[in-house]
Amino acid sequence: MRTFLAALALAVALVVGVLGFRGDLKRQPPLEIFPDMKRQMKLRPQATAAFFGDGRSSREFVPGTVARSTPLKVGDQLVYPFEDAPVNTGRLPGTTTNFIDAIPLPVTEEFMARGQQRFEINCLPCHGPLADGKGVTSKFGLAIVGNLHDKRIVTMPDGEIFNTITHGKNLMQGYGANVAVPDRWAVVAYLRALQRSRLGTLDEVPAEKRAGLK
Amino acid sequence: MSDVFPKWTNQLPLKILIGAGLVGSAVVAGAWYYLTPKYARVGYQPLQPVAFSHAIHADQLGMDCRYCHNAVEKSWYSNIPAAGTCMNCHNQVLKDDPRLALVRESAASGKPIPWVQIHKVPDFVYFNHSVHVGRGISCVECHGPIHKMDEVRHAKELSMTFCLDCHRHPAAKIRPLDKVTQLDWKWSQDPKENERLQKLHGEKMVADWKVESLESCSACHR
Repeated sequence: MRTFLAALALAVALVVGVLGFRGDLKRQPPLEIFPDMKRQMKLRPQATAAFFGDGRSSREFVPGTVARSTPLKVGDQLVYPFEDAPVNTGRLPGTTTNFIDAIPLPVTEEFMARGQQRFEINCLPCHGPLADGKGVTSKFGLAIVGNLHDKRIVTMPDGEIFNTITHGKNLMQGYGANVAVPDRWAVVAYLRALQRSRLGTLDEVPAEKRAGLK
Repeated sequence: MSDVFPKWTNQLPLKILIGAGLVGSAVVAGAWYYLTPKYARVGYQPLQPVAFSHAIHADQLGMDCRYCHNAVEKSWYSNIPAAGTCMNCHNQVLKDDPRLALVRESAASGKPIPWVQIHKVPDFVYFNHSVHVGRGISCVECHGPIHKMDEVRHAKELSMTFCLDCHRHPAAKIRPLDKVTQLDWKWSQDPKENERLQKLHGEKMVADWKVESLESCSACHR
């Protein structure tokens, strides 16, 4: 009996020694003892796929094709993302520098809130919460971030700011791929509000809200 | 007449019974402890091709999850950003650092960085990120405190009962939509008060947003 108990204890110790405890660091992927249909032949996004020459499951657009898309409602027109329209490019159709002056979408409170949210996700790390170019990255070597309260940017047409967000400028990379078209316009609207907050005078503040300001 | 069986055999049936009981218990206990995603998945922390730290980017710098995982609110999966997104800052920050060589190469050539996927539900589970994120379920509920991890680790078991626990009582986890990507956020620092407010607001949010407690098979499997 003693030998048996010793053998059992040894076996338990061996299993625990080899398998360890729950939550231990593991470098190897989880073992799937009963595979069932856990891993199927279908392609998952951003995975490897030996079938394609470049080994990627997510495919790029075939040249000359257009992605399925939902049109954007501008006024009473429907504009598709591939169209050369002011709402997509920030410029008058067929021109390269004639930027439009105003945001082509209705600026509502909801639109503004969306703009603030998108600004804080995408712009705040470098430009800072107040858009003065003092984001957290300035401590890490991003020395020349634009202060968006500069006169140059305050007087810039909305379309040009939209174009800069889309394609970038100087060291700033474009955000066209990461921020959708209406969101980019919403960011422009929110930026205008931030600029106004520094340019406004006390007379412009409604009387009942003045007390909160110094 | 000598004994056919020696005396010690009298105890043999009892000993066999006890022995079988002990071995059986050990096997059951081992299976209970090891044959579960709580053991198999939790703690999985593969070496990544680039030592990207969520702790630095999300916690120390305070970047929003959606700066990189920008399609998570619209897509069923949470995208890994293109290397170009890294280069938005790293064209200037740590611009010649050897640790980022692979990122620079990827951004220049378009060749993807071979990141290792950590959280992987079975292919017959159709988990949708956008619907969870859009209804106040924070990243932290399934991924754990990612913003504190230098190397991402599989923190929760993501087993079927894990999903069902929350599907049965969404009010216990749901939070305001603007707090979904703030992984540290709590109603109150006091645990008792936090629980009370979670219950109070949770039930209201579930009712207001018409959050369904889906428990049918086809909610996740198809």
